[in-house]
Order: sequence, then C-alpha cells, then structure tokens
Amino acid sequence: MANQSTGAARTISAGHTFAKGLLAENPALRQMLGLCPTLAVTTAVFNGLGMGLATTFVLVCSELAVSLLRKVIPSSVRIPAFITIIASFVTITMMLVKAYLPALDESLGIYLPLIVVNCIVLGRAEMFASKHGPALSVLDGLGMGLGFTGSLILMSAVRELLGAGTLCGIQVMPSFVEPMLIMLTPAGGFAVLGVLIAASVWLEGRGKGGAGESSDGRPKVSPESLCAACPLNCGVNDPNRATCASADLGVRLDTALQAADEAVEATAAEVMAQKEERDA
Amino acid sequence: MAQYASILFSMILVNNFVLVKFLGICPFLGVSKRFSSAIGMGAAVTVVMVLAIAVTWPLQQLLVAWDLEYLQTIAFILVIATLVQLLEMVLKRFVPPLHKALGVFLPLITTNCAVLGVATLTVSEGYTYLESLVAGLGAGLGFLLAMVIFSGVRRRVDEANPPEAFRGMPITLISAAITAMSLMGFSGVVEHLFGT
Repeated sequence: MANQSTGAARTISAGHTFAKGLLAENPALRQMLGLCPTLAVTTAVFNGLGMGLATTFVLVCSELAVSLLRKVIPSSVRIPAFITIIASFVTITMMLVKAYLPALDESLGIYLPLIVVNCIVLGRAEMFASKHGPALSVLDGLGMGLGFTGSLILMSAVRELLGAGTLCGIQVMPSFVEPMLIMLTPAGGFAVLGVLIAASVWLEGRGKGGAGESSDGRPKVSPESLCAACPLNCGVNDPNRATCASADLGVRLDTALQAADEAVEATAAEVMAQKEERDA
Repeated sequence: MAQYASILFSMILVNNFVLVKFLGICPFLGVSKRFSSAIGMGAAVTVVMVLAIAVTWPLQQLLVAWDLEYLQTIAFILVIATLVQLLEMVLKRFVPPLHKALGVFLPLITTNCAVLGVATLTVSEGYTYLESLVAGLGAGLGFLLAMVIFSGVRRRVDEANPPEAFRGMPITLISAAITAMSLMGFSGVVEHLFGT
C-alpha cells in the first residue's frame, strides 16, 4: 500500500520528467540544442532515426552514470569528468553501430563520434543528472532523447519526401512530381529547420493566444537561446547572458524540477507517517 | 604542391565546415551578430584547429601503433580540451594583447564540434601530417569566411521585419540557407583548377 502511493506520486513527477523532453522542451526545435546533427544527417529518414536512437542511448547511459557518480565527482572537475563519461558511451555506441549496422555507420560518418560534443548530452548531464537521482535521470534522458529523435525524423521525413520523393526508401510521391534536389543540399537543411522552428513557435503562440512572445515582449525563440543550456556556453558570447531568455528558461526549469522533487518527498513522508500510525 | 592547394581551397569553399558540413553551427549562429566578434571567433577557431591537428595526428599514430584505435574519440576530446586551456594560459602569460583579442572565445571552443570534427575527418581521410595541417588551416579559414559573410547578412536581417513566428532563429536559419546556396556554386571548381 505504502509503496503504491509513493509510486503514484512518483509517476506524476516522473511523467513530467519524461514528457517535457518530447514537446515542451524539445531539444532541437525548442531549446535549439544539437543543431549540427539535426542539420547534417537528416537527408533520409533511416539516417535521422539512427542518429536519434544513437544519441538517445548515449543520453540515457551517460545521465545514469553521471547521476550515480554525482556525489563522487568534485564539482571543480565535473565538466572534464562528464565529457569522459560521455565519450566512453559514444565509443561503445560507435562499436555497436559498426558491428551490427555497417550501412548506418557509413552514412553517419564523422557525425557519430561527434555525439560527444552534442550540447544536449552535456547540457542534460550538467543541468539534470548532476542534481537528480538515477531513475529520474534515466527518464529525463529517455524523454529528451526521444524528443530529439522525433524532431530528427520529422525533419528527415520532410527533406526525404520533398528531395527524393520517397519515405524510408519507398516511393511515395507520384512520378510526375519532380524531386526538389535542393532539399537534400545543405541549403535545404537550413531552410527546413527554419520553417519547422517557425511552425513550432506559431503553434505554441496559437495554443496560448499570444504569438509566441514571453512576458517582456521578446520572441521566445531568440538567437540568444542558442546553446544556453550547454554548461560551456558553446558559442553564445553575449555579455548580457544573465538577462537573456534562455538563462531565464534554465532557472525556471530548475525551480520547477525542485518543486516536483519536494512534492515527491513530502508525499513519501506522509505515506510513511500513515503507515507507522497504522502499524502502531 | 597542387594537392595542398587543392585540400586548402576545397576545405574553404567546397566542403566549408559551417555551411556545407554543418559543423560549428552553435558559434556560427551565436557569435555572428557583430563583425568584430565574428572575426575574433573565426581566428581563434583557426588557431585551435591547426594546433589540435598538430597534436592529434601524432596521437592517432600512437593509438594505431598500440592497437588502441577505439580510444580515438576519448583521447581526442580530452587532448583538445587540455590544449585549449593550455593555449589560454600561455597567451595570457606571454602575449597579453592576443589574449585580450582571442581569450574570451577560447573557453567556448573546447567542445566546438568543428575542432573535433576536423581532427576526426583528417584521420578518416588518411591524410599525411602536412596534408592534415593544411586541412586544419583550410577548415579554420572556411569557418572564418562563413562567420564574416554571415555577420554582414545578419546585420541586414536584424533590421528586417519578418512575420512574427519567423522572428529570431527561424529567419536567421533561412538566411543561412541562402548563404549556403552561394557556396554551392563552387562545387567542382577546385577540382578543375588543380586537376585532382
């Protein structure tokens, strides 16, 4: 009985942890992290799916490892430690892909080892796994990874359909529609991602009545939000980072997660108290 | 000589790291707002890329000799991270003006995928030491070129008034698409010029 109630309370927070990565905080389309693989490998659905699943595997494993080791790693050397952990899991992934999916290895090429420097993985290790327990961290990794996979599939489906007239290698477009080769070129990648992000901003604006603007009137998706969740701020060199939208996002995220964890603990304590009362 | 020129120019124009290979997108979109920071970031990336190649190429030979190729990713990322830290300290101590100009960009480069990308690429292409160094220089200069061009484009785009949903990142990406299109014109040119 006690376990069941604790379990139910955990599911709320756990469900949130898992689901937020899928849509609300989708890494590629909302947080704009990991744009390099999003643009580079999405010329065919097979590649997008493979890249997404490989990243998900690395995310889940490295979040679990970081979460288990979070009390052992001194905070001054945590970033190098995280990078080493992530690089180890990337190496495992590379070996697995090479052994069992040589075709995927061929088409992903150098982008497979580059999962190491994907901002999503390091960002989640720093922002989530280093502050939460292993179970929640695995869920967070799974949610973020599947959200990333989803956006890769969406992106590669659009590009494959328009650029080659196929989906997963099967001819879909009628033969009189000429494939738009530009979609498979780098230029097409930038354009499709731009339109997809605009679409997600527009959809969110419709859902909330506003046009995707935060309270201070700035567009939610601003260039400043780029890579901000990445602890190394890779690339964002804005001297006013403290005031930018993304720093705000990080703070809000942390407060929300803290509140969720406190709720779990409070419920657990209550249930334990009830149990003791009954036993007495 | 021709093969070095061919590698150099194909890395700058045909296989441009940012606009064709999509490596280093974060700094490309994040730091390209101002011309001066675009130049600084581009120069810092170029220096780090050449230095990283200078270190990772011999390291790869060692790994091969010891039969430890599977450690490539871990070894490269740790060596590059250390190298960047070291470079920052050396510049700060011995060349303060250069540190003032490039220093702020160095910590941002540690996990820049373009640097690890060029190190991995030269290994998978099987370049010699000198060819790898030239490839690193070309990749860095290509990055610099893309940053400088795009910082000019950004200045115009920021003054434009696109539909609400396109403001910020989406319109930036679409202008990047048009910039990338301009580089497509170079495909085949380098091969014809240097006959490789």
